[in-house]
Amino acid sequence: MIIGDHLIVLQIIIPLMAAPLCVFIRNPHFTWALATFVSWICLAISITLIQQVMASGDIVYELGGWAAPWGIEYRVDMLNAWVLVIVTCVGAVVTPYAKLSAEKEIDHDRLYIFYAMLLLCETGLLGITVTGDAFNLFVFLEISSLSTYVLISMGKDRRGLTAAYRYLIVGTLGATLYIIGVGLLYMQTGSLNIADLAKLIPAVADSRTVQAAMAFMTVGLCIKLALFPLHMWLPNAYAFAPSVVTVFLAATATKVGVYALVRVIFTIFGGVDLLESLQIRDIIVAMAIVAMFAGSAVAIYQTNIKRMLAYSSLAQIGYMILGLSMNSVMGVSASLVHLFNHAMTKGGLFMVMGCVVYRISSAKLDDMAGLGKQMPMTMGAFVLGGLSLIGVPLTVGFVSKWALIQAALEKGWWPVVALIVISSLMAVVYIWRVVEVVYFKAAPEGRTRHKEAPLMMIIPMLIMICTAYYFGINGVTTMNIAGQAAEALIGGLK
Amino acid sequence: MIEFPGQIIYWAVIVMMMAGFYIVIAQGNLVKKIVGLNVFQVSVFLLYITMGKVSGGTAPILADGFDVYSNPLPHVLILTAIVVGVATTSLGLALVVRINEEYGTIEDDEILKQESDA
Repeated sequence: MIIGDHLIVLQIIIPLMAAPLCVFIRNPHFTWALATFVSWICLAISITLIQQVMASGDIVYELGGWAAPWGIEYRVDMLNAWVLVIVTCVGAVVTPYAKLSAEKEIDHDRLYIFYAMLLLCETGLLGITVTGDAFNLFVFLEISSLSTYVLISMGKDRRGLTAAYRYLIVGTLGATLYIIGVGLLYMQTGSLNIADLAKLIPAVADSRTVQAAMAFMTVGLCIKLALFPLHMWLPNAYAFAPSVVTVFLAATATKVGVYALVRVIFTIFGGVDLLESLQIRDIIVAMAIVAMFAGSAVAIYQTNIKRMLAYSSLAQIGYMILGLSMNSVMGVSASLVHLFNHAMTKGGLFMVMGCVVYRISSAKLDDMAGLGKQMPMTMGAFVLGGLSLIGVPLTVGFVSKWALIQAALEKGWWPVVALIVISSLMAVVYIWRVVEVVYFKAAPEGRTRHKEAPLMMIIPMLIMICTAYYFGINGVTTMNIAGQAAEALIGGLK
Repeated sequence: MIEFPGQIIYWAVIVMMMAGFYIVIAQGNLVKKIVGLNVFQVSVFLLYITMGKVSGGTAPILADGFDVYSNPLPHVLILTAIVVGVATTSLGLALVVRINEEYGTIEDDEILKQESDA
C-alpha cells in the first residue's frame, strides 16, 4: 500500500500542515475540530507503526529517496515507536480537553494561534522522536521549543510572559550547546546520521573533540529535560502557562527530552561507553538523586498546586535519569516505562488542576478548601493520580518504582534503594497536604458553591487516570515494550 | 606539540562564545540578554563555517583548473541555524515588548520585585 510506506513521514507532515491551516481558518471551533482530528490521526499512525515494528523490526524511511549517510533518514525502532505512542496518546486526549479550558484561560481572538502552536509543538516533539539525523533533531528541537515559548506566554497571568522569556533564554542556550556538540562530531567523523555516527565513533573515541561533543550534547539536552540543577525554567513555566499547555508539556516535552538523551548516550555514543570511561556516571547519579529529593522537598512548601506538581515533575525526572545512569537493561527499561507512566499520571493530575482552575479561577491551595464535596469527580481523580505519583501498588507509579528498585538491587546499590523509597514517602506529604485541605477543611462561609467541571473535561481526565490504573494492574504490556527497547539499546553497547 | 595560537579563528569562536554567554548571565536588561544570546549563537555559526573550509579550496562548483573544494554541508546546516536564530530573536523581542506592556519595565530586578510583591 502506498500510504503505508509513508506513514513515518506523514506522522510529521500532517500536524505540520494543519498548523498553518489553523491560522487560515481562524474560527476557534473549526480550528479545535481540526486539531482534534489531526491528533487522532497521529495516534492511529503511531499505533500502526508500533505494531509494524513489533511484527517486522525497524522501519527506515529515506526522505526524498536519498540514501542514508547523505540524505536524512527517519528510523523507527521499538524505542521511537514507544515514545511516539506516548506523545500522540497525550496529544489525542489533550485536544478534546483543550476546548473549554483554553476558552477560559486564553483570549478568544487568539485561540486559533493556540491550536496552531499546539500542533506545531506536537510536530516538533514527534520529529525529534522519529528522526535519524543528529542535525535534523536540532531543527525539530527548535520547532517544539519555539512553539512552547508561545504557548507558555498565552495565559492571562502576566507572569507567564516572564516565565516564557526565561525559558527562551535557557532553552536557546541548551539547543545551541547541542549543535556545538553535533558540529564537533561532524568535524571528527564527517557524518550526521545517528546510526552512521554510532559506527564511526568507536574509532575516534579517544579524541578530546568527541569527548567534548558528548559533554556539550548531554548538558544541552539536560537543560531541555530539566535535570537538576538545570531546571530553573520549569516550575514557573508550568505554573503560569494556561492549564492545558501545562498538561501537554508535562506529559510530553520532558519525556521527549529524556528520549533524546537516551539516543545520544546509548546510540550515538553506544559503542564506547563514555559514561564509564569519563566517569560522568557518578555525576549523573548524584544529580538524579538530588533532583529526587530537592524536587519533592520544595514541592511540600508550595502554595500554588500547579507549581507543586511542577516540582514533583523534577523529582520524577530524577527517577528517569537514575534508571538511565544504571546502564543496565533493567535500569533503562525502568526509566523507559516510567516515561509512559509518568506521562499518564502527571497528565491526569494537571488535568485535574485544569478543571479546578476552570471552576474557581485559581490554583492556590487555600482557595481549594472544601472542593472535595463540590467537585467529587475531579478531586477523586486527584487522589487516584496522587496515589500513582507516590507509587502505591496497583498504580503505574508502583510498576515503574518497583522496576527501578529491582534495577538498583541488581547493581547492589542498597543506599539508592533506600533513597528511592524515602523520596517516594515525601510525595505522600505533599499529596496529603492537598487531600487534607480539599476534604477536611470546610469551604469558607459565603463563598459560591462550585459545580463539578464539565463532562468534556472530566472524560479526558478520567481516561488518563484510568490508563494509569489499567497499566498499573496489567503492567506486563508496557514493561515488555520498554524491556525490548532497552535490550536493543544496551545490545548496541556490545 | 600544541601550536600557539594554532587556528586563530577557533580562538575567536571561543572568545565570542564566552562573551555572549557572559552577557546573557550578567546583564539585567532583557534586550541586552537577547543581544548576548545572539553573540553566543553567531560564534557557533562561525565554528561551523570554519570547519567547512579547506585551505586553498574553492566553492564546490565543477570548473576547469580547480580540484580542491570546501565542504558546503556545514554552510548549509548553519543557514538553517541562522533561520532558527532569527526566529528565536524575533520571538524573544516580541516577548520583551509584551513584558514591557505588562510590567512597565524591561529590567530583570524590577520585574522580580514586582513579582515578589504580588
